[in-house]
Amino acid sequence: MTSRRTAEGGLIDRSRPLQFSFDGKSYQGFKGDTLVSALLANGVRVMGRSFKYHRPRGPWGAWIEDPNAVFNVTLDGAELPNCLGAATMLETGMEARSVNAFPSARFDLKGGLDLLHRWLGAGFYYKTFIWPDWHLFEPMIRRMAGLGELNTDLIDGYASDQLHDHCEVLIVGGGAAGLAVARAAAEAGQDVVLVDDHDVAGGRLYQLDSVEGQTPRDWVDDQLAAIEAAGGRVMTATTAFGVFDHRLVGLAQQGAFGTAPRLWRIRADRIVLASGAIDRPITFADNDRPGVMSLDAACEWLARYGVLAGRDIAVLSNNSFAAPAVRMLARAGANVTEIDPTDGAIRALGGKRLKGVEVAGKRHPADTVLVSGGMTPLVHLWRHAGGKLDWCEQRQAFLPGATPEGMAAIGAANGSFDLDHALAEARAVARHEPRPDGTGTYRLTPLWPKPGSKGRQWIDFQHDVTLKDIELAARENYVSVEHLKRYTTLGMAPDQGKTSNMAGLAAMAAIQGRAIPEVGTTTFRPPFVPQPIALYSGPHAGQLYHPLKRLTLEAQHRAANAALGEYGGWLRPGWYGSGDPKFHIRDEVVTARKVAGILDASPLGKIEVIGPDAERFVDFIYYNTVSTLKPGQIRYGFMLTERGHIMDDGVIARLDRNRFLISCSSSHTDHVRAHLETWRQDGNDPDRIFIHDLTQAWSTVTVTGPKARDIVAALDIPLDLSAGAFPHMTLHYSSFDGTPVRIARVSFTGDLSYEISIRSSRAADLWQALAAAGEKLGACPVGIEALSVLRAEKGYILIGKDTEGETMPHDLGFGIPRQKKRAAFVGDRSLHMEGANRDDRKQLVGFSVEPGAPALPVGAHLVGEGERPRSQGYVTTSHDSTTLGHPIALGLLERGADRIGERVTAWHQGQRFTATICAPCFFDAEGERLHA
Amino acid sequence: MAKRYSAWNLFLQGMRGHKGWGQAWRSPEPKKRYDVIVIGGGGHGLATAYYLAKKHGITNVAVLEKGWLGGGNTGRNTTVIRSNYFYPESVALYDLSVRLYEGLSRDLNYNVMFSQRGVTNLCHSEPEMEMAARLVNAMRLNGTDAELLDADQLRKFIPALNIRPDARLPIHGAVLQPRGGTGRHDAVAWGFARAADAAGVDIIQNCEVLDFLTEGGRCVGVSTNRGDIHAGRVGAAVAGHSSVLAEKAGVGLPINSYALQAFVSEPLKPVLDTVLISPITGTYVSQSDKGGLVIGGALDRVPSYGQRGNLPVQEAVMAGLTEMLPMLSKVKIVRHWAGIVDVTPDSSPILGPSALQGLYFNFGWGTGGFKAIPAGGYLFAHILATGSHHDISRPFDQNRFTTGRLIDEGAASGIAH
Amino acid sequence: MQLFPCPFCGPRDEHEFHFAGEAGKARPDTTRTVSPEGWAHYLNDQRNEKGRVREVWMHLTCSELFAMERDSVTMEVLSSAPLREDAQ
Repeated sequence: MTSRRTAEGGLIDRSRPLQFSFDGKSYQGFKGDTLVSALLANGVRVMGRSFKYHRPRGPWGAWIEDPNAVFNVTLDGAELPNCLGAATMLETGMEARSVNAFPSARFDLKGGLDLLHRWLGAGFYYKTFIWPDWHLFEPMIRRMAGLGELNTDLIDGYASDQLHDHCEVLIVGGGAAGLAVARAAAEAGQDVVLVDDHDVAGGRLYQLDSVEGQTPRDWVDDQLAAIEAAGGRVMTATTAFGVFDHRLVGLAQQGAFGTAPRLWRIRADRIVLASGAIDRPITFADNDRPGVMSLDAACEWLARYGVLAGRDIAVLSNNSFAAPAVRMLARAGANVTEIDPTDGAIRALGGKRLKGVEVAGKRHPADTVLVSGGMTPLVHLWRHAGGKLDWCEQRQAFLPGATPEGMAAIGAANGSFDLDHALAEARAVARHEPRPDGTGTYRLTPLWPKPGSKGRQWIDFQHDVTLKDIELAARENYVSVEHLKRYTTLGMAPDQGKTSNMAGLAAMAAIQGRAIPEVGTTTFRPPFVPQPIALYSGPHAGQLYHPLKRLTLEAQHRAANAALGEYGGWLRPGWYGSGDPKFHIRDEVVTARKVAGILDASPLGKIEVIGPDAERFVDFIYYNTVSTLKPGQIRYGFMLTERGHIMDDGVIARLDRNRFLISCSSSHTDHVRAHLETWRQDGNDPDRIFIHDLTQAWSTVTVTGPKARDIVAALDIPLDLSAGAFPHMTLHYSSFDGTPVRIARVSFTGDLSYEISIRSSRAADLWQALAAAGEKLGACPVGIEALSVLRAEKGYILIGKDTEGETMPHDLGFGIPRQKKRAAFVGDRSLHMEGANRDDRKQLVGFSVEPGAPALPVGAHLVGEGERPRSQGYVTTSHDSTTLGHPIALGLLERGADRIGERVTAWHQGQRFTATICAPCFFDAEGERLHA
Repeated sequence: MAKRYSAWNLFLQGMRGHKGWGQAWRSPEPKKRYDVIVIGGGGHGLATAYYLAKKHGITNVAVLEKGWLGGGNTGRNTTVIRSNYFYPESVALYDLSVRLYEGLSRDLNYNVMFSQRGVTNLCHSEPEMEMAARLVNAMRLNGTDAELLDADQLRKFIPALNIRPDARLPIHGAVLQPRGGTGRHDAVAWGFARAADAAGVDIIQNCEVLDFLTEGGRCVGVSTNRGDIHAGRVGAAVAGHSSVLAEKAGVGLPINSYALQAFVSEPLKPVLDTVLISPITGTYVSQSDKGGLVIGGALDRVPSYGQRGNLPVQEAVMAGLTEMLPMLSKVKIVRHWAGIVDVTPDSSPILGPSALQGLYFNFGWGTGGFKAIPAGGYLFAHILATGSHHDISRPFDQNRFTTGRLIDEGAASGIAH
Repeated sequence: MQLFPCPFCGPRDEHEFHFAGEAGKARPDTTRTVSPEGWAHYLNDQRNEKGRVREVWMHLTCSELFAMERDSVTMEVLSSAPLREDAQ
């Protein structure tokens, strides 16, 4: 293999050689090379195998449009799949491996598949593999498909930073037009951001001898310096991958290989699209041979990387850009022959090694065939933003048409392919002046696929779609552009049809005798080029994925050896102690029943409703009548949805005439607050009601158990704690160590309980005082798991666990307000709809299991007889109760309230369990301990 | 002309340059009158026409499609097929669909690539495991297949999963429905279209319904951009457009429309051999036969008809995905799109007569329309042929919103549609 | 990410907002007889227009409800105003 590197020129740094390998073989490139340019410089032509037929492929394009050179690349142990070799900047030590080829791209064992091509055309799999069964064939098909293998190792630190920014003008593309518009806008005082996806801005300018009297390099450097001097920002190696709602542009900024790109979300007042255009292939027989390349790419390789694509070059071009390209290549030392591709049928000669091209029967020997079928503007972002496209007959391309608000397209992206024209247009747009007249000097002869012509002619290189596939689709009436795409898979590969969609549309148009714009275009979707999942997920990984809420008392719990876990979005103690949880939970239950338990109840919602209309409002919000409460009294109640379903339960206290305190489930607080606010503002006078969520401000410690009063009394709280002065379901304000506290006698265990709330800054002192007082009497801290047992023994429900989304209060035995309450309340009418009156509604019941028998599994269904019996309900809570000496359970059962005393079968994964239906309360049914 | 699809015919046609394949469907001009008009040439509409012909012998049928057939949600979804539902009514509906899917390739003589690789719903806590047990028991009692997997079984089944106890969302187990899987969405539409066309149904593309024709308070046809077309009965199955169409008939619907976004990655060699769903993160993923990871998430928070993706949803979905499968973080997304789904208050569909006599609706499948295509078509064909409900479709009549007898799967099982 | 204009706080990212329903839906007076159909209509039926829509939104960070007009196809925001009449 001979070197294709020129003696001088290009943007590469020849003083910095970089070692790398491809398919196991070592090579050298330079700083500034791409993987593909470095391989080309080393004379490597075959860089991959095609998706379906395993045809040998070389690079077609010099940048993100290349469909062929796809590698798995490893550097320092980090392997990334399916890297676009033409747009991957070379780093020393890179190991590139061709995908979908074994053992190498050059010698691929599956190369023989190409011989079967006549049976593997478009949609062949829809017509076969029906008998005997698809499952027989699918594993083989799956193994054949796919590109790169995914290395399942994690890459350390492969996470994307996410930044937000704003600017007045965002310019996408740092070629001639982009640089000119950015400079003019920045110098006009606008806040400008210019993004370009190359490491070095300048687009295709380096192919030119001079720009406005300067060398391209000097001109580009001057523009960049002027932009930055005027306060503009330039971001290179950054891809604008999508335009989203309200002019938000997503940018992916590349870092070193193996690191995730950084995501910028930039909101721009104005977006100027200067994303350029790409050269498109010409469709002819065997046009996918390695060595058939884009003419423009060859110029880029030469101009940017100092690589001459071939020695004996045949150029097939239908447009006026050929002449300067030919001059440039010839000057670099190539023998260049220009051939008119419109003369007749074209065929590439040779196989893995290209031998030339035949046009209209005449053979032209060459080692390289450079083709240019005309420029295709890159209008992806225009379409993301909702802009329209118009067909330009003269340029044979879709150009930006009706403009999305705040957007403009300039330069080659707008069909302004001539430099002078593009520069004038850019400067006019920057100054909001009329654009220059005319379209420049670019000319081309239309040249599109010719249906019926001979040979296998590739339309989509990346997905192996040929002209025959398009013809088959047309024959079978898959003629709409979306059918064409989906049936043949045209444009559905990772390159999303950048080099193939136009040829496909044109082929279909020609087959049907329609104009290209009548066929239409497929939808352009983000991302413009593939972006890693990490770019989008950003820092939301591990504990930063929906972070948990943390307790003020977390340090105290940790000191007490708590097992912390997630409960309803909070990190809470499940139990205390590091051994088998079962024993700890049982001990906590026993202690709480015999002495007392101390519980951190801080996450309970604490929302105040204040104001002259507060009384009327809480009556409307609650199923129960609240207004009959006197200050200092507490009531248990339900909030319903308008459908009459239970949204939350909890206690509500009347603090004074115009002030109520709602205590809601820990995980429902935000939802309840929004619910209250919605009704406050929609249907009520918001100036007469105020909602104040104090959940974060107060911490709450609950002492529950027979000795609870003694423990609270030990705090020297100046308050009469006797049952007579401070009965169940009342509250008092007092003070602890000089700090105000609110003490409520409410219970979620069935035992005497005090809930003491204090401002969070003093919660630790309160906790320690209670823990110390409790320890003396033999009490202990209890976690959520023990609490769940305690509350189940008493038959207290957990919303969402013991209820389902359709449970209504009368299903739980709370039927009186439904019948008696006169005032309107949320959900009232729904409680009397036909569905609410069904007599087969599921009702809350308890289940008692004999001592020694197994506990009912939670989730078991309650069933009748038969091999596949009908479900009548299910077990929602189940514990082997130490307190009671036998297993107990709660559940929802059809007509449950009428079936107390019956035996019932619980069915769990084919196993049957039995229990006796009972009222949902197993502990202190008379309430003596509760009211103690 | 080769009509029948088979390995033999494919071989023969391969020898002859595939010149002998006929059209998959015709492009007929609309007639003035049909027995039945089906509005909407998506999966449900085409399946309805097919079953009208096959099950009820009604072949004088037109399917009217505003754009190109299969171009709505049928061609935009993430292709999951499952019947892991809680209520007997839902299982009856969706399991009918799975059963029809199981024979569909042979029925239609078109490979729809139903791949029964299992649908796996992850559980991230003990309460979720309890709900999972409730669901698995319900499914089995209702006659469909389900398994409850613990973390060890799951680790063997999906080695790539992030089963670490210290994960933010530790994985405790999963509900597996082995008969669930994926299908090739376009093939479902095309297969039904080809088979319906072969039975004599006229599939008329680029035919937009502008209004309904009524006589004496009864719907007797439609006016379209290609003229008036009369019919004995008119059925509509126009996901993403239901409210707009119903409004033309003067009928209100309990529907909100939302964009549902989806993503596909670059093609990889096989890495995932099931459909993986994490209900709590709202993220699901499977790997297509072509090798791309097909990824979906929850509905947009903002109701709209905007068929476009956006970054907030993408961020949420991708974060949920990498929480399950961290090794995917380096895989590249190649395309990001959205479809418009019509969501009812209980997220179950509406099937049956509309308030306008002679007009019938097949609406409101929400995010779950694709998996229901054969059943939706089968039942809707029954309704259009007989004018009355099938036992399986009756509970899904729109009157459930007046009785309050909703079929709210989300509320019962915690598993979103 | 869409920008919604809270009439009290100015333009903010969409994740700060909660969709509270279509505007103009009045709750029936449930202290009087409400037919099942009337209640079902209130609970369920949506205009769900394609194009210009008028909706009630909550800005979660300030908890204020407001009415917003948008285009449900292009996502363009057309107007926003406080829900409370005295602020208009």
